[in-house]
Amino acid sequence: MSTVLLLAVTGLGLGALYFLIASGLSLIFGLMDVLNFAHGAFLAIGAYGTWWAADHLPGAGPAGFGFAVAVAFGVAAGTLAAALVELCVIRPLYGRHREQILATVGLSLAVPALLQAVWGADPLPFPKPGLVRGAVSFLGVNIPRDRFLLILAAAAVFAALWLFNSRTRYGLIVRAGVQDRAMVTALGIDVRRSFTLVFAIGGAAAALAGSLGGLYFGVVTPTQGLSLLIFAFIVVVIGGTTSLTGCAIASVAVGLIQQFANYYTVAGLGDIAVVIVLALVLLTRQGGLTARKSAERVA
Amino acid sequence: MTDTDVTAPAAGTPAASPEPPAPGGARGRRLPRWAAPAAALAAALSLPFSTLHPPGLFEGALNSPPTLHLLAFCLVFGGLATSYDLLYGRVGLLSFGHALYFACGAYTAALLMRLLELPLLWAAPLAVAGGTLLSLLLGAVSLRVNGIALAMVTLAFAQAGSILVSRDPGRTTGGEEGLSLDTSLVPAAFVGVANTVNLYWAALAYAVVAVGLVWWLTASPVGRVWQGIRANEQRVAVLGVNPYPYKLAAFTVGGGLASLGGVAYLLVTGGVTPAITTAEFTLTLLVMVALGGAGSRWGPLLGAVLYTYADHRLLQLGGSDVFAALPAWLAAPLSQPLFVLGVLFVLMVFFAPGGLAALPGRVRSALRDRKGPRV
Repeated sequence: MSTVLLLAVTGLGLGALYFLIASGLSLIFGLMDVLNFAHGAFLAIGAYGTWWAADHLPGAGPAGFGFAVAVAFGVAAGTLAAALVELCVIRPLYGRHREQILATVGLSLAVPALLQAVWGADPLPFPKPGLVRGAVSFLGVNIPRDRFLLILAAAAVFAALWLFNSRTRYGLIVRAGVQDRAMVTALGIDVRRSFTLVFAIGGAAAALAGSLGGLYFGVVTPTQGLSLLIFAFIVVVIGGTTSLTGCAIASVAVGLIQQFANYYTVAGLGDIAVVIVLALVLLTRQGGLTARKSAERVA
Repeated sequence: MTDTDVTAPAAGTPAASPEPPAPGGARGRRLPRWAAPAAALAAALSLPFSTLHPPGLFEGALNSPPTLHLLAFCLVFGGLATSYDLLYGRVGLLSFGHALYFACGAYTAALLMRLLELPLLWAAPLAVAGGTLLSLLLGAVSLRVNGIALAMVTLAFAQAGSILVSRDPGRTTGGEEGLSLDTSLVPAAFVGVANTVNLYWAALAYAVVAVGLVWWLTASPVGRVWQGIRANEQRVAVLGVNPYPYKLAAFTVGGGLASLGGVAYLLVTGGVTPAITTAEFTLTLLVMVALGGAGSRWGPLLGAVLYTYADHRLLQLGGSDVFAALPAWLAAPLSQPLFVLGVLFVLMVFFAPGGLAALPGRVRSALRDRKGPRV
């Protein structure tokens, strides 16, 4: 029983990480049809920003309130990077989906290489504040504290995104744009303005995932982003791009499947199980998720 | 489709135009269609006999082992990129799993040699057959979906393969270390630094096979259907041709050529690491193809050769004293080949969307526009 609980919480923590990445990814894909390979780069920027700020930024530090400042700095850096990418790279290629994908692929190779050039390829130890260090006893099980932080952060982001989506004017435009972009444009609303916003939100969530992922893994590396990104893609495809809730459910499912299968069968089989789930979902519920829409738009 | 495709058919479908312009840019003069390939092949064949030493381009003379090794490497990737372009550029299938078939060829051959102690000459055809079969099977499943869903399914399968290899089941694949080529099972002609020229021949043979097969298939009736699928799959279906078998054929041929490339890669590098199984590797293939010009005659080969060359050369330069003269903030990023190539690639997507293959045409039309107000 205690193992199951530990696995469940750890799986939820991993799912939370996936949700932070996938929520932005699915918003971007849903609204703009951009398969954003640069999302892993935003994550890496967030992780390195936090790591750097914890050491160098005045007011920030590796523990306590200073760490929160460091995370805020990392998230700000990721947000800025995402907004810049949208304005400078994605926007000029508007309407040319293949080129947009290619441009983000180029960025996804260049940004980690740049980080590697500055800070080296070796994993860097990530600061761990006292608050999330060690484990907490929960129903007789020792569970690492950083898992709870991840789950809390993901829940907060979920709530914030949900409020944004349902209570604000821009959220309405974004939701309508996901449903039918042409119609929104025809009604005289400039959807493109919300593109930057969506990119910035996605970048912020990814950067937060980078900072908290640093806690989860204990280290930051330049290529951390891409491996997480692939699972985030899987989450987006399973969860669909039209609903935030679908994305959250898929994240949790993927995280749990991965943890449980990795523990109870051979290590590594969990990751493969997720892939199999994805293949099954795509092949059996063809078009039920993202397939139908993307098939005709991206060519 | 996008405006970039307008320029592509000139190079991509030589059979369609009555007077195909030679890809070298020989405007006005009529060269036979085989002239450019023959010239390129002659140049490639004569390279190992040349003692020329182009300053700055290579470390040694053209026929020195390091240079030949680098060239062999470029050619392997040239062939591989051409096989990827068969899917991406000719049929319009966006697959993110091409690394799987390449790795399947390389790993199967290495494993057969390691576990069953088969000589390379036996392991190679078996590995290629295995890779082709795998691409046929996975292609049959993945091609049931289209567009981004196809990209995701292929990515997922490749990711599963990548995880499998790096988890090292039963200590067979060597995990992160990879496998090294057992030289006692390789024909003696391919062993040793003095025989680097034979590796070059092998790589050249692979590139010729890949490029030749893709060109031949593209010019065949099957190639016409592929072209139709790329332009508008629905219309092909409406005309009464089921696109699925044609797409599957392209997928299988591409996978088979990729696994042949895997064997060539194993021979040239003398080993195989999980780096070639990753999604990142497929992304670099995509970059190579787009750099050269997707769907064009020479583009993928050219793009891959240039990319591989630049990748190696920048890495060499990064360690040399050329960069010591530069300030640190400039030298550090420039010594990362992926940074330079990634940025160059993004710039290219913006300013030269058709890739290198479309450049002569763009320059020509720009010159024409300047000469007269109307054409």
